[in-house]
Amino acid sequence: MTRTLETPLAATAARSSTRRRSRGLPRWVPPVLVFLGILAVWYFISYVVLDPSVAFLLPPPHTIFTEAFFKPATLSDILVALARSAGVALTGLGIAMMIGVIWAVGMSQARWIERSLFPYAVILQCIPILALVPLIGFWFGFDFPARVIVCVMIALFPIVSNTLFGLQSVEKGQRELFQLQKANRWTVLTKLEFPAALPAIFAGIRISAGLAVVGAIVGDFFFRRGDPGIGSLISNYQSRVQGPELFAAIITASVFGVLIFVVFGWLGNRAVGKWYDSGK
Amino acid sequence: MTLTSDSPVDTATTELLNFSDVAMTFPNGVTALSGVDLSVKRGEFVTVVGPSGCGKSTLLRIASGLTSATEGMVTVGTNRIGYVFQDATLLPWRTVQQNVELLAELNGIKKAKRQAEAARAIDLVGLSGFEKQLPKTLSGGMKMRASLARSLTLDPELFLFDEPFGALDEITRERLNDELIKLFTEQQFAGLFITHSVSEAVYLSTKVVVMSGRPGNIVQTFDVPFAYPRDPEIRFTPEFAALAGEVSLALREGHS
Repeated sequence: MTRTLETPLAATAARSSTRRRSRGLPRWVPPVLVFLGILAVWYFISYVVLDPSVAFLLPPPHTIFTEAFFKPATLSDILVALARSAGVALTGLGIAMMIGVIWAVGMSQARWIERSLFPYAVILQCIPILALVPLIGFWFGFDFPARVIVCVMIALFPIVSNTLFGLQSVEKGQRELFQLQKANRWTVLTKLEFPAALPAIFAGIRISAGLAVVGAIVGDFFFRRGDPGIGSLISNYQSRVQGPELFAAIITASVFGVLIFVVFGWLGNRAVGKWYDSGK
Repeated sequence: MTLTSDSPVDTATTELLNFSDVAMTFPNGVTALSGVDLSVKRGEFVTVVGPSGCGKSTLLRIASGLTSATEGMVTVGTNRIGYVFQDATLLPWRTVQQNVELLAELNGIKKAKRQAEAARAIDLVGLSGFEKQLPKTLSGGMKMRASLARSLTLDPELFLFDEPFGALDEITRERLNDELIKLFTEQQFAGLFITHSVSEAVYLSTKVVVMSGRPGNIVQTFDVPFAYPRDPEIRFTPEFAALAGEVSLALREGHS
């Protein structure tokens, strides 16, 4: 009797102590553990699975540093290219934000405008941009403007759809509150709909920020002319079978994408986090 | 239907709201109201009780001008109309102070003036000290107080309430009932209050109107004889219980 009682008690105690320990674990530990796991698998594939003759397919992680990031010439190539692509991405994102918000506000003003224009937002989203890239090159050349256009086309849809959703999601009671004071459309838009839509707008911008980086790289990757951005660089490294450099460029581009996503997440939080209850 | 809102108001017993044979049929063919006659004078607090879906809220929406009646005549004797919604409908990005200022702001009242008015209204509903708080930090009762204060800045002559305390707990509801009675006693507006609580109706009002189920029409009207300001204790008097019982009975009959 005593023994049967003791066992579950001991088990409970053990369980609760594990739970306490895992709760005490700093938040950064689990992702770091996953990262170490990925590194281990990576090394295993580089050294054990791959034949040395094809080792360039997956160079061991440290060579990305020793052969690329730590070589001043390569590093400066990558950073200069990144700066160019970043310029394209941010310009494209800025333009996409302007067009997207204006487009959505226009559609929110009347059902018929929405019905006329929303299908084109969807079509824009569904066009394989890659197929259009050569055309854009023909029409606009292969320099900065053409790259920005590709970027805008890729980044536009989330902003349009999120802004429209946000503008239309105003509570009925709040709308009637304005209606009772005979507020005009402009007042309703600026004092009610637009502030209410801000959380959705920022969510859209955050998605678009990542897409804008993708857009900048894709345009560059396929144009392969003009000042090389990170896309051209990746394309060059690929054709020259420069494994570590290729990985270094890809990692840099990804880190930039993540960074821009985080920055816009932070900006959104600064703008609406104080009042917006995301758990609602 | 005509809606007159600019007729001058002078005498103490002016009729601020009049419904004459009002009916409302929605575009989908559902008749929400039929043959409603109702009037609310200054210094009168009329409460409408009825089963859910009987068109109580539609009645209020017609009075406010949010909806138009399909038949009959609605006369509104003022354009200073306060409207308190079922939800507090505060704008979450504005502080209590900014929320209370909203209606005055929409009516183009100068900043200094509307700030002073908001401060007075916030004080009246007992929210002093919470001016800088955002709605998400307030309890349900406090949100309702803020909503009430917002309407008070209009200095309404006709005050419409659409089940404002329905979502609150009993204690908060009773406390807000007392505050509302205080406001009514001081300001003597014409009140039209929707609720489905018989005891709330009898406690607050000068007159209780019982509506039947759909299509809603008025089945009976009760005058409430208790003087203002009302003591919360009157709820426990035999007179109160008897009147509440009669209202309940009429409600049940109208429903069947």
